[in-house]
Formats: sequence, C-alpha cells, structure tokens
Amino acid sequence: MKKFLSFMLVVAMMAATLTACGGSDNTKTTEAAGETAAAGETTGSAEGGVFKIGGIGPVTGAAAIYGQAVKNGAELAVKEINEAGGINGAQIEFNFQDDQHDAETSVNAYNTLKDWGMQMLMGTVTSTPCVAVAAETAADNMFQLTPSGSSADCVANPNAFRVCFSDPNQGVVAAQYIGGHQLASKVAVIYDSSDAYSSGIYQNFAAEAGNQGIEIVSAEAFTADSNKDFSVQLQKAKDSGAELVFLPIYYTEASLILSQADSMGFDPLFYGCDGLDGILNVENFDTSLAEGVLLQTPFTTEAEDDLTKNFVANFEAAYGEKPNQFAADAYDAIYIIKTVAEAKGITPDMSVSDICEAMKVGMTEASFTGTTGSDISWGEDGEPNKDPLVVEIVDGVYKLVD
Amino acid sequence: MGKAKTKVKFNKNYLSYIIVFIVFVVVEVMSAAGLMTNQINGLLIPACVYIIAALSLNLVVGISGELSLGHAGFMCVGAFTSATFSKIVGDSMNSGLRFVIALIIGALVAAIFGILIGIPVLRLRGDYLAIVTLAFGEIIKNIMNIIYLGVDSKGIHLALTDPAKLQMEPDGKLIINGAQGISGTPKNSTFIIGILLILLTLFIILNLVHSRTGRAIMAIRDNRIAAESIGLDVTKYKLLAFSVSAALAGLAGALYAHNLTSLVAKKFDYNTSILILVFVVLGGIGNMWGAIIATLLLYMLPELLRGLNDYRMLIYAILLIGIMLFSSAPAAITLRERVKMIFRKEA
Amino acid sequence: MSFISYLISGISLGSVYAIIALGYTMVYGIAKMLNFAHGDVIMVGGYVTFIAVRSMGFSPLPAVVLSMAVCLVLGIVIEAVAYRPLRNAGSPLAVLITAIGVSYLLQNIALLAFGADTKSFTSVISIPKLKLADGQLTITGETMVTIAAGVIITLGLVAFINKTKTGQAMRAVSEDKGAAQLMGINVNRTISITFAIGSALAAIAGVLLCSAYPSLTPYTGAMPGIKAFVAAVFGGIGSIPGAFIGGIVLGIIEILGKAYISSEMADAICFAVLIVVLLVKPTGLFGKNIQEKV
Repeated sequence: MKKFLSFMLVVAMMAATLTACGGSDNTKTTEAAGETAAAGETTGSAEGGVFKIGGIGPVTGAAAIYGQAVKNGAELAVKEINEAGGINGAQIEFNFQDDQHDAETSVNAYNTLKDWGMQMLMGTVTSTPCVAVAAETAADNMFQLTPSGSSADCVANPNAFRVCFSDPNQGVVAAQYIGGHQLASKVAVIYDSSDAYSSGIYQNFAAEAGNQGIEIVSAEAFTADSNKDFSVQLQKAKDSGAELVFLPIYYTEASLILSQADSMGFDPLFYGCDGLDGILNVENFDTSLAEGVLLQTPFTTEAEDDLTKNFVANFEAAYGEKPNQFAADAYDAIYIIKTVAEAKGITPDMSVSDICEAMKVGMTEASFTGTTGSDISWGEDGEPNKDPLVVEIVDGVYKLVD
Repeated sequence: MGKAKTKVKFNKNYLSYIIVFIVFVVVEVMSAAGLMTNQINGLLIPACVYIIAALSLNLVVGISGELSLGHAGFMCVGAFTSATFSKIVGDSMNSGLRFVIALIIGALVAAIFGILIGIPVLRLRGDYLAIVTLAFGEIIKNIMNIIYLGVDSKGIHLALTDPAKLQMEPDGKLIINGAQGISGTPKNSTFIIGILLILLTLFIILNLVHSRTGRAIMAIRDNRIAAESIGLDVTKYKLLAFSVSAALAGLAGALYAHNLTSLVAKKFDYNTSILILVFVVLGGIGNMWGAIIATLLLYMLPELLRGLNDYRMLIYAILLIGIMLFSSAPAAITLRERVKMIFRKEA
Repeated sequence: MSFISYLISGISLGSVYAIIALGYTMVYGIAKMLNFAHGDVIMVGGYVTFIAVRSMGFSPLPAVVLSMAVCLVLGIVIEAVAYRPLRNAGSPLAVLITAIGVSYLLQNIALLAFGADTKSFTSVISIPKLKLADGQLTITGETMVTIAAGVIITLGLVAFINKTKTGQAMRAVSEDKGAAQLMGINVNRTISITFAIGSALAAIAGVLLCSAYPSLTPYTGAMPGIKAFVAAVFGGIGSIPGAFIGGIVLGIIEILGKAYISSEMADAICFAVLIVVLLVKPTGLFGKNIQEKV
C-alpha cells in the first residue's frame, strides 16, 4: 500500500496544480482575446452580447510557425473590428487554442472551445486536423471557416468554407501556368512525401502536367525526418536536364534547397506554391539566393492597395515582423465573418445552428475583397473563387508577373 | 489513520478492474447529472485508447522486461488496417458488426507484425533492442506515408509512392492516400466500447501474467540464464508476450481510427511511442492499475492546462519532470516516508 | 562521377551525425543513460551562437566559445536537477522520462524565447569550398571542418579518457559506480564533468549542424538527435571511435539509399540497415560484447 499512498500524494499534488490552473482559466482567455474583450463585455452587452469566435491551430510543435501567424493575424483583425464598433454593434471575443498539428488534439481543442461558448470557428490552420474537426463541426452544425486548411476534404461538408486555395487547385494551376507560359518542358519536382499539403499538390500537378506538355523528368521526395540534405534530389534534377524545379513545399526546407542548389552550381528556374511565401522574411536569410524564384501566392506584403498596406503596417507594429500568407488568410477570415454576419444580420443571441445556417447562405452570396484577393466569392462546395497570383522575386521583393 | 491497520488484504488484480469500474460509474453519473463538459467528454475515447496502449506496452516493458520504443508502430498498423476495412466495406454491412470485425482485423494484423518483428528483435538486449524497436516503428511510419490503396470494380489496387500507379478504373475510390492517410473513417468508437476493450485487455494481460506462461515470462525477465537452464524456451515466451502486446496495441489503434475522421501515419511516430512509455513508467513498471491512473492523469494534463495558453507545454514539461522526481527519486521517497511517519505519530 | 558526388554528400551529412553522436556516446558510456535532451542542447548551442553573432556582434570564434560555455553550464544544471536525484531510482527508465521532460522543456523555452520562425544561420566557417574534377565535385568548407573537428574530438576524447586522472575516474565510474566510490572517486563530480564535456560538444555540434544546414528552429535538434542516437548505437554505443564511424556510415547510407533505391523510403532504408547490422553484430560495429555471468 506504500506505493498506493505515494501515488495518491502525486495525484493530490497534480490536482492542486490543476485547480490552480483552472482558476486562472477565465482571466487567461480574455487576455488571449486582447484587452478589447473586456471592453466588449461592457459596450457589447448593451447591444446584445458578444460574438464568441474560436480559433484552432498549432502554436507549439514543429508546425508552430503557421499557427502563430494565424493567431496573430486573427487577433489583429479582431482588435481592429472591436475598435471600430464590432459586428452589428456586438464585440468579438476571440479564443485561440493549440492543436500541435495533431488531429486528436485538435478535436480536444474544439471541445474546449465549445465549453467556452464558441459560436463560430475560424480554423483549423493545418489540413489533417482540419478534416477531423470538420466532422465535428458538421455534426454540431457549427459554421467553420478555415484560413489555410487546403486539402480537398477540409471543406467537404456544407458548413465549412476556406479562405486559401485548395491543394488540387494549386497543383493544377501550377501545371497550367508553367505549360501556358512555356516556362519549361522538362520539370523536376522535389516534395515532402510525409506531408499532406505537399504530396497533395504534387499528385495534382503530376496528373495535369501531361495535359500541358510538361514532362516530369525527376520526382524526388524527402520526409520530415530527413529534411536537411537535398543534395541527392538536386543532383538528380540536374542530371535529368530539368529546366525548372517545382517546389510544392514550405519555405523552411525551400531555403535549404536554394542554398544547396547554389552551392552545387545548379541554377534552374524554381517555381513554388503558397507554402514558399515567407521565405523572404526568414531572419538572416540571404535573399539573393531566392532571386528569380516564381511562386503562387494570394498575398504579397508589397501590394499597393490600402487594405494590404494598412494590414502590413499594423501587423508589423503589433508583432515586430512582416505578416506571411497565413496571417493574411486569418486576417481576411475574421473580416469575411464580419462581412457575412453583417449582411445576414446575425446577432450573438442566435443559436450556433441558426448562425451556421445564415452564414452558409451568406457565404455563397458574399463578394469579399481583402488582403488575399478581391471580389472573392464562394460556391456551396466551400471553395473560394479566386486565382493564385504568380509573383517573381526580384531584388528581394515580390513582383507581380502575368 | 487507524483504518490502515485493519485494512483487508485483497487481490491486487481486482484493483485494476475496480478502478476501471469506478471511472466508468463516475463518468456515467456525471453525464446523467449533466456535469460533463464537451472537453471531458471528448477526452474519454482517446483516454481509453491510451490506456489500452499503455497496458499492452506494460506487458512488454514490465512483465517481459524489454524496453520497446516502437509501440506506436503497432497502433499504426491496427489503425490503418481496421480503417481500410471499414472504408472498403462501407455501408454494405451493419455498422456494429463492421466495427467488431474491424477491431479484430486491426488486432490480428498487428499481432502478425508483432511476430514478424519480434523474431529478429528479441534476439537483442537492452538499449540495442530499444533502438531496433524504434527503428521498426519509424519504418512502419515511413512506409505507411507512401502507400496508396484504392478500390474499384476490379478489386483492390496497391501502389507505393504515387497514386497514378494504381491504374484504377474511373469508378475507383482512393482509400489510403499516402501522407494524407485515410479520411472519412466512420465514427464507431464509443466510451462504452472503449471501457469494454480496456476490461478485455486487462482480462487478457492479468490472466496471462498469472498463468504458468506468465510466470515463465517473468522468470526469463528476472534471470534469463537460470530460466533457460530449467528448460524454458526463451524465444517462445518472449515472442508470445511481444505479439500479444502488439495485438492489443493494434486494438487501441483500431479504436483510435474509428474515433477521428482523419488518420495519418505521422501521428504514430516515436514521440507517441515515448508518450505511452511515459504512462507506463509513471504508473510503475509492471503495475497495471498504476498504468491506468497514470495514463488518465497525464493524458488529461495538457488538456486541462489549456488555460495557460502559450505556457501550456512548458508547464507540462516541468510537471512531467517534477512528477517523475517526486514519485521515483530515492530522496523524495525517503522524504515522503518521513512525512507519513509524522502523520502516523500524530494519529 | 555521380556516385562519388553522392559519397561526398553522404560524408558531409555523416560528419554532422558523427559529431552529435560523439556527445551522445560520451554521456551514455559513463552515465549509462540515454540523454534524450542531447539534441535539444544542440539546438540551444545553435541559438546562442546565432544571437551572439547577429545581435551581440561577436565574431564567430568567440561566439562558439560562448555557446560552449552556456551549454556546459546547462549540461551541469540539467544533470544536477533532473538526472542525479534519479540515479539510484528503482527503475533505470525513470531517468529516461525526465530526459524526455527536459527535451520538451528546452524546446518550449526556445519556442517562447525565440519564436517559432525559422532563422537562417550564417555559417561560422569561412574556408572556401574545394572543387575537384573540373568543378564537378565540390567539398564544402563546412564538411572539411566538421570532419576535422570530429577526428580531433575523437582523438582528444580517447586520450582524455585513457591518459588523464579524470578520464580514468570516468572509466571506473562507467564500470562500477559502487566500487569507484569505494576507491575514493567522487562519482557525482565525475558524472558532472561528463555532462559538462558532452554538452560543450553538443554546442560545437550545434554550430556545425547549423553551419552545414542553415535553418534554425526550436525543433532543429530533435531529429538529428535521434539520428545521432542511431549512429551511436550503430557504432556500438559507448565506443567513441564507433560513434564517429557510425555517424559517417549512417550519413553515407542515407544519401546512397536516397540516390539509388528510393527517396521516399530513405528513412526506412536507413533504419533497415541498422537492424540488419545489429542482427549480425548485436552490440554494434565497435561495441563491447556483454559478458553474462551466471
């Protein structure tokens, strides 16, 4: 029984810690929503409560870069909207929960947010968790808008919509662009076979390439466990005579690929998808390596329109770094919710299911202009109707090409 | 404290069943009383999954005395095979029956993998054995990441690295889509099934441990040479424990797969294997009811820490170190004894 | 020609694994514990150097020395707080769990302190790359320095362990802690020194890892740490030359596997070769055979 007693002591100790944590729960969530949340309760109550919008994404773990960007982008939008008077006069309370890029944790986060009283979900950030959470939101009939969940299954249910492009869309557009502009006839691909995003784009690119007169001369993979050395993949691309290397991957690996290609004297065209966006903001990265890289992105920090300029300036002021595409998607997502909710006259006292029904109709009627596209409309399938922009990196900044 | 002296001695085996029963009753009463939050409700099935996984790992680590770092690999096999079965059969079968068959398939295939992997692995010892189990777990993950499996009117197609190689008919549907895994697995797992599977797991393990076979396995753990010298077939007994453990892990994987609609191999990497090992070690190696409580606590912990926002995982790490020091460090144990003595004197 | 160039890539990658594995095996050999946090100490070493160079204006060499000093202290503290209390615990696995806890802790501290964003590390090595065979083969300065550092560290450690008094104490502790204590060896101090050396080596490894593959995140050390663990086992864990050779061999296998078998299955191939080697030689390439006594 000695062991049993000792274990009980441990249990008691943990219980004590947990209750302490539980106690701080409320104060912490309001902190997360920004100081404006407190103001929201006073001004909002007069107008009929606050909108509780939840967010889910990885803020710890290897995918934390994306989750943190989304969290920051969304919080900035919430703050701006609240300062400007909220949605239909009601303030927004925003609560962002960590899912560590794991489907199971993501569902746990979703349930936590439901307990908190979430009325609409802005999430999740990454595809695999998004598919799992989408099944839950469909069962609860909760409106879901994912800023960046790009796999086809993310928005399979009628209650789910997305801001970003889908993987199939990106792969096909890339093949069409390369073929249509006759950038190259021999293409090499380097992709992450352990990642849903990367392999999803690659599959669709490969399927479309033939139609566009593109020959894939080398398709080499890497995995999240061996993502340091790309000499083999580059050597094979070089030996196969590829004129263009297609990189449907994220920028952390892409920055290594560019520097290793440079070091082995291999200088083809590089063409990437929206995952490459952010490469110029990597601290201390030698941007001359990325010179001439083409990429598809819905968003550039260099855009001249006022919306983007304001967003970039405010984001830099708040977080001390330039926003990437994930932050822009999230920023837009919150504004999309605002636009649609205002158009449909949604108020916080409506039930989750009523809000969802109204938002579903509203989304298909909306035409939204934000930092990631103008006049975006949505089909009932949840896909945004916008085309990726292709930009070229010239002198360390994006330049729009047609 | 006077009660302690008159405590009734009872078989510790029952303690595991009693704990499961208490948890079950508490959960049922709470949900009947409307006290369950969505958060706790959502944690129930995953907690069952990890309890089964921890119990099965305890059979290898605690009873058989081998350090395995690849337990999640067997969960992966069980999860993928059972989910594939459910997706192929689809609605052509009653969902209850389909789920039972899926669970059996998950366990069986994992058991086969357990035997195949066990034969080479169990020739090794100690840390070498640990690294080879880790290696097998990573191999399984790597292969599952590049498997494509589709079904069409002509039957099942399997390909590596590229779905185009499946050469399916236009009516075909893709079931395992490489790194994107399986999505849309029916949600058949329930808390009651989870509890029943835990009881089944306990029943199998405790009966095994207290049988002649179990005593042989423990004899080999305590002194292999002595056990061999009295004629025990070391390989046979070790392999038995290893494959039973793998089958139960496969069962846990199948339960996991039918709780979430998206399943990817990435989930079952060495981090998950290590997480399960943490449950086992904290619960006391070889101690089944300890493993159940440790899993419950440690699985719930990061979820209950959500209020801490950015500091959540940091605090989790500190608590993990703290709990381990408190429960296992000889100095802490002496300290606890002293505190207990003081209380006894006062009583 | 491409085979030779793959071989060179393999050696480059392997030299990084080797230098990490040296620290791993050093700690394992003496303290008999798998220090899962070793990879994360490497990450700390990378960040300290990065910040020293970029924000504090250090030149590379003093930055590396500073990073070694920080990691050395970190290693001693980790050992004293998280590992030492469990040295005589009932199960040897208890300390494995705190090591995992320390690994999570370091990752999350780095995440909070430096953010999740990738940092591009500037190589601290300014030796130009070597071009052979009309520029068809290139060997980078980083590779040459890493290999040279690996050889020097291997020789230095072997000499240290065999020739110095502290080294002899380490060997004694490694053989039998109880007996060593009876002979008047301060076991705690010896193990502290082991961790100090191992962690300082981790700092060097971190700098060289980030110089060769210049992307730095809070999780940079985790996977190379596991790979180096594999390399150390490959070479026979506890054996210092074994760790070095194991690392190089692992790098070569990984690259050649990618090049000639399948790039999708590179990890599986790597681990499969490890399994085969261990089945043929159950204690690794240079491991001591375990004598069993009845």
